[in-house]
Amino acid sequence: MNEFLVFEGVTKRYGDFYAVRDVTFEVRQGEIFALLGPSGCGKTTLLRMLAGFIEPDAGRILVDGKDVTGIPPDKRPVNTVFQSYALFPHLTIRDNIGFGLKMARRGKAEIAAEVDRMLDLVDLVEHADKKPDQISGGQKQRVAIARALVNKPRVLLLDEPLAALDLKLRQRLLVELDEIHDEVGITFLYVTHDQTEAMAISDRIGVMNRGRVAQIGAPAEIYESPVDSFVAAFIGDTNFLEGRVIERLGDEYSLVAIEAMGEIRVYNDREISPGDEIHLSLRPEKLSIQTSAPAATDEARNAIEGTVEDVIYLGALTRYWVRTGERRLAVERQHSRFLLDEKPPTWGDKVWVRWRADDGYLLRDFAPEHAEMLSLPAETE
Amino acid sequence: MKSRLRIPGVLTALVLVFLYFPILVLVLNSFNASKYGSSWEGWTLRWYRLLFSGESRDIWESIQRSLHIAIGASLVSMVLGTTAAWVLHRYRTRLQKVHFGLVYLPIVAPDILMGISLGILLITLGVDRSLETITVAHITFCISYVALAVLGRLQDFDESVVDAARDLGATWWQAVWRVVIPLLAPGIVAGGLLAFTLSIDDFVITFFVKGVGLDTLPLKIYSMARHSRQMPVINALSTLMLTFTFVVVWYVQRHARPALRG
Repeated sequence: MNEFLVFEGVTKRYGDFYAVRDVTFEVRQGEIFALLGPSGCGKTTLLRMLAGFIEPDAGRILVDGKDVTGIPPDKRPVNTVFQSYALFPHLTIRDNIGFGLKMARRGKAEIAAEVDRMLDLVDLVEHADKKPDQISGGQKQRVAIARALVNKPRVLLLDEPLAALDLKLRQRLLVELDEIHDEVGITFLYVTHDQTEAMAISDRIGVMNRGRVAQIGAPAEIYESPVDSFVAAFIGDTNFLEGRVIERLGDEYSLVAIEAMGEIRVYNDREISPGDEIHLSLRPEKLSIQTSAPAATDEARNAIEGTVEDVIYLGALTRYWVRTGERRLAVERQHSRFLLDEKPPTWGDKVWVRWRADDGYLLRDFAPEHAEMLSLPAETE
Repeated sequence: MKSRLRIPGVLTALVLVFLYFPILVLVLNSFNASKYGSSWEGWTLRWYRLLFSGESRDIWESIQRSLHIAIGASLVSMVLGTTAAWVLHRYRTRLQKVHFGLVYLPIVAPDILMGISLGILLITLGVDRSLETITVAHITFCISYVALAVLGRLQDFDESVVDAARDLGATWWQAVWRVVIPLLAPGIVAGGLLAFTLSIDDFVITFFVKGVGLDTLPLKIYSMARHSRQMPVINALSTLMLTFTFVVVWYVQRHARPALRG
């Protein structure tokens, strides 16, 4: 594979605190790679080390085979789109975009032509002679992108570029950013704490936690097969079930006793044997809810009886909190014909929650504190 | 509406009279033909003519000296005050708290104290007092005003623009020259103008650090008023200075004032 941007054992320490700890991963040429994680996870530190504002205490960063550590920021083949845009307030939009070319001592005519091309790309031609405080947040964002791209960087670094914008504008700019990426074909390193943003725009995501990369993969891979409870809880929402393996049911499935709930079947995502402690992540939308008892189940399905404890109507879907045994499950139900065809379950109803055994995912690692990150803490009474 | 209190209006009028009546008398007296100004003896421009004649050469020399000192002191303190403000803003260590105290001190310390201490220092070091010693003395308090003006400007200075400039290929010096200084310019200029006006009319500190025969304008005026009974010429000069100061203050208010807020 084309390893274009390489972080190799990169570490940054502040006193006893490791902002980034022995991080190693590769980004491919031309892809959008998102570094995703909560604030303080080290993603921005990594980005600033690539940009050259911080030097790592250990490790190397290579861009296209060339070690860039130790090179000052103005000599690195990367450019950054800053979270606060960091536009120069005393310069016009045109001069903002042309700043990098001017520093590179390019000719006046060449600068003008390149800037015009960029203004056209980000659709800001009629604002070229305004100052940054005369344009909107979304427009500032596009100036920041143009100002970075005009230098034709090998890698474009985006530090929470949409964080300051409202939801609708964020979604629209995300599409625009994707189009710009298609057009220029430059490698994007996109730092964000917003999982929907990361999922929407990136080819691959590196999920970071406490200075380390927890998992790297395509958005679907990260969502469907999270390696540990942190990734499962940070990306989307889920139910954590902890239990003990009772017996193997052929090659594919095992019977598991879930604490405070009962026996269920799980898919053998990895090698497990009777007696093993396991932790299962079960996404709310994989569960279905019904008011009548299901017909006899096959070995690939689970059905658990419970009582509806809470109903939260969210428009496109409804979220149910169902008490089963001594614990609660979050269930999400999409509805295309909500009130027309049937009476939906409501508070106090006796219901059956069903799911396919292979829709759960066995976590490799589990830490109880990650359950606190869920919208429904798996409280047991 | 008629019953509205009259006291605030009366107070305002009294304060204005108290502040500006003496100045008005001075300006009028500069056109008064009377030598002692105790009575009005008709309009004259004699004192102005005298001021611009060869007899008043030493006055113009003192003005030259004052300008020399004020320009030098404000330029140097613009540089030092700006760097002080930058460091104070950038680093929030305990050492910087002490630094801030030191920068703030000359503003609150009595001039007489600074004057005497600087005078004693120069004597102890055996330094010949000259225009330069006066300039250095003025720099010591001018720095503080520039630093405070620039600090105000730094309050809403987004430091990521410096990173952005570096990121876009500017060296550290280019980033300072093309981004930092232009953005801080209103504060630097406001501080510089403030320093200029403070320097040009400083009396107390200058008095203690000046050499013999090196009167600055305020000192010259003082000695004239005291020894040579040339009051009307001083009145004429003061009127001109007043006009000049108003012009400078008007300029500061008009062009640099927003930077001093923050």
